[in-house]
Amino acid sequence: MFFSSPFKLRDKGIMGMNQRNSGYIGRYNPRKLYPLVDNKLKTKIIAKEANVTTPALLGVISMQAEVEGVETYIKGTPGFVIKPAKGSGGKGILVITKVENGRYYKPNGDEVALAEIKRHVTDILAGLFSLGGSADVAVVEGLIQFDNAFDGFSFEGVPDVRVIVFKGFPVMAMMRLSTAASDGKANLHQGAVGVGIDITSGKAINAVQFDKPVQFHPDTGKELGLLQVPKWERLIYLASSCYEMSGMGYLGTDMVLDRDLGPMLLELNARPGLAIQIANGQGILPRLKLIESLGDDHGMTVEQRIEFCKKHFSS
Amino acid sequence: MNARIFFFVLVASLMSLGVFQSVQRHMALDIPWIPGETRTIWNIDAKVDFNANDGPVLATLTTPERQAGFTKISQNAASPGYGLSFLEDKESKRAEWTIREASGKQTLYYNIQMLEDNKSVDQKITEMPELFDKEYTASSSTAGRAIINDALKTSADAYSFTREVLKQLNADVPNQNVTLILTSKASKTDILIALLNAAEIPTKKIGALVLEDGRRRQHLTPLVEVFQESEGVITSRLFDASSVGAVDRDKLLLWDQSGVALLELTGASDSKVSFSMIEQEQPALSALLQKSENDHLFNFSIHSLPVEDQSLFKGILMIPLGVLIVVMMRVLVGLKTSGTFMPVLIAMAFIQTSLITGLVGFILLVAVGLFIRSYLSHLNLLLVSRISTVIIMVILLIALFGVLSYKLGLTEGLKITFFPMIILSWTIERMSVLWEEEGAKEVMAQGGGSLLVAVLAYFVMSNDVTRHLMFNFIGLQFVVMSLVLLLGSYTGYRLLELRRFKPLVDKE
Repeated sequence: MFFSSPFKLRDKGIMGMNQRNSGYIGRYNPRKLYPLVDNKLKTKIIAKEANVTTPALLGVISMQAEVEGVETYIKGTPGFVIKPAKGSGGKGILVITKVENGRYYKPNGDEVALAEIKRHVTDILAGLFSLGGSADVAVVEGLIQFDNAFDGFSFEGVPDVRVIVFKGFPVMAMMRLSTAASDGKANLHQGAVGVGIDITSGKAINAVQFDKPVQFHPDTGKELGLLQVPKWERLIYLASSCYEMSGMGYLGTDMVLDRDLGPMLLELNARPGLAIQIANGQGILPRLKLIESLGDDHGMTVEQRIEFCKKHFSS
Repeated sequence: MNARIFFFVLVASLMSLGVFQSVQRHMALDIPWIPGETRTIWNIDAKVDFNANDGPVLATLTTPERQAGFTKISQNAASPGYGLSFLEDKESKRAEWTIREASGKQTLYYNIQMLEDNKSVDQKITEMPELFDKEYTASSSTAGRAIINDALKTSADAYSFTREVLKQLNADVPNQNVTLILTSKASKTDILIALLNAAEIPTKKIGALVLEDGRRRQHLTPLVEVFQESEGVITSRLFDASSVGAVDRDKLLLWDQSGVALLELTGASDSKVSFSMIEQEQPALSALLQKSENDHLFNFSIHSLPVEDQSLFKGILMIPLGVLIVVMMRVLVGLKTSGTFMPVLIAMAFIQTSLITGLVGFILLVAVGLFIRSYLSHLNLLLVSRISTVIIMVILLIALFGVLSYKLGLTEGLKITFFPMIILSWTIERMSVLWEEEGAKEVMAQGGGSLLVAVLAYFVMSNDVTRHLMFNFIGLQFVVMSLVLLLGSYTGYRLLELRRFKPLVDKE
């Protein structure tokens, strides 16, 4: 059978796109708060106020005239990331992992000329990657020195952890590992491997690539079942506190682990995708319904919310 | 929860408003549901021949009025040299020809188009025709009085009285009184009228035309309209003096209801009026539109606009259907399209170009555009100027394809100019970026999705039935709106999600 029965999907508690849009994003994410989440610069600012660690901000380019000066921000860094502040779906993110004698290299070893970097910044400013094509600013961030714990789990790129935070409760998590197919990016639809992570322990549950189950990393051959996210307690605490910080009820938090600085918030997503269910091998609806049944005045702190989730959502 | 109930009430009321308006329009104005329906129109010529007496001539022809079963669509007259006017007063409608000087044999033509229309009704009778002076001998004779007395005994009202008189007049073996009356020169119709008049029953002589396709040199059949007043309401019935049975109004056009004369002529002699007719089948809608020009029934619809604006609306009113298709494909199926409503615009271009030409042209343009655009990526240009370059490039390509196909004898190729160029340029730009970022596969998926939706929208928007329905029943817009609203609240799975999440279900 090419299609599965919708009733079976319902029984498994799998959430579809329409339900996500109208039942959760539409209901729990106030429209006026979107700019905080859609604009990575604003996210950084509110994260700083809330004491949530984020990658170092090297510079912001907001005018075409400043494009020529991009070199001043990136000179002397071991590597950097240029991204559009209002980009979506990982579009327009340029990752340079190696800078040698004024020459720039992408994670896959391809050299990128300075002119190309400038063109990329120009495209960002013109709004090519931003939602709705509006003018944008380019954010230059320091490269994250990713944790050794992930050696062999990721190919040419920073693995990140996506935690779905629903009304402040971390309901589901997955790790996104970049592959050769995804060009160092951590987006599942571009070919990254998604690994479902147990909320209680930070251990891998299940792994998929292109929505199909996988056992080993397609490039490094490492067994994905062995994955264990270090500093999990801190990571999930940061993720959960993003609720108070952003006010978004249904939030996707993208966390990264820096070797020295520990877990930090990379970006927030007001429209987190559905692939996390496939990575976890479970539907998210029962968990969301349980949180909804608590009502609004449960008065739990961040720690209590995490305890609640650990108790109910462990695999 | 209240918001939910309100929503469904809103949807239901929009839907029923739309359906009600459409059904009402269908019932009241007779607009057919299907475009192919035809209605019968009778095209009737009246030919007036006479000899003019070397002087001014005034000819007045009584013309048909609105009546049960028929509606006048148009009338005109051909009569070289004559002044013509259509007169209309309370009693009758007439065509009047006038000329200062005429001599010899003259022929005038009057043409009328009558729509067979079972919604049409007879005009209300406001007053009884007056009885005329009883000077006619037949009725005042002893024989006449005897007939009247016999009929009075066996009747209850004007109609039954008429039937009783007709029975006597048309008996197989007529009695003495009838034979005596019929020997006089007067026709049966005149005798009937005289008898009824003597019995103080108001009557009117009607000239009726029996309609039969292709008939020529026909004359009016005389009928007698008998009036009766009961409880303040005046009614009338038609009788044929030469038969006892009721008059069949089907295929019977009451031409002359004036009760005076069919033709009034001064300054001429030897007049003769003859009729010829043909039956025509016309598309119901155009027939109705012609009819409506007279009675302004369509005043509150698109049809009251000038024709040029109407054809504009014909396109615009189809857009909601295309939009509905897009919503369905996205919400129910989960197809990806590049640009939300771009497929609708492409579909509208397809309607102009015809499907195959459009598809070939579109794919050709986008493919060549993408190829050239890939060179532009190396030039390190600002976005706006890059897209502007793509627009100019698309226009050049369209011109090139147009000229090329024309030289090759493919005039179809010229239709390529109907494509929305700005939209095309943005499509090329977006697909190019998509190609660089996510690879050819995603471009094929989105491009194919857009084309699929566009083709579907094209089929729905170019269908004769849907075009007819959407244009003539504005209420259907509300129905489409309610459907779109309903789809907006659909939270179930999309068809492609059933495929996507299949591994999850199959896991156990």
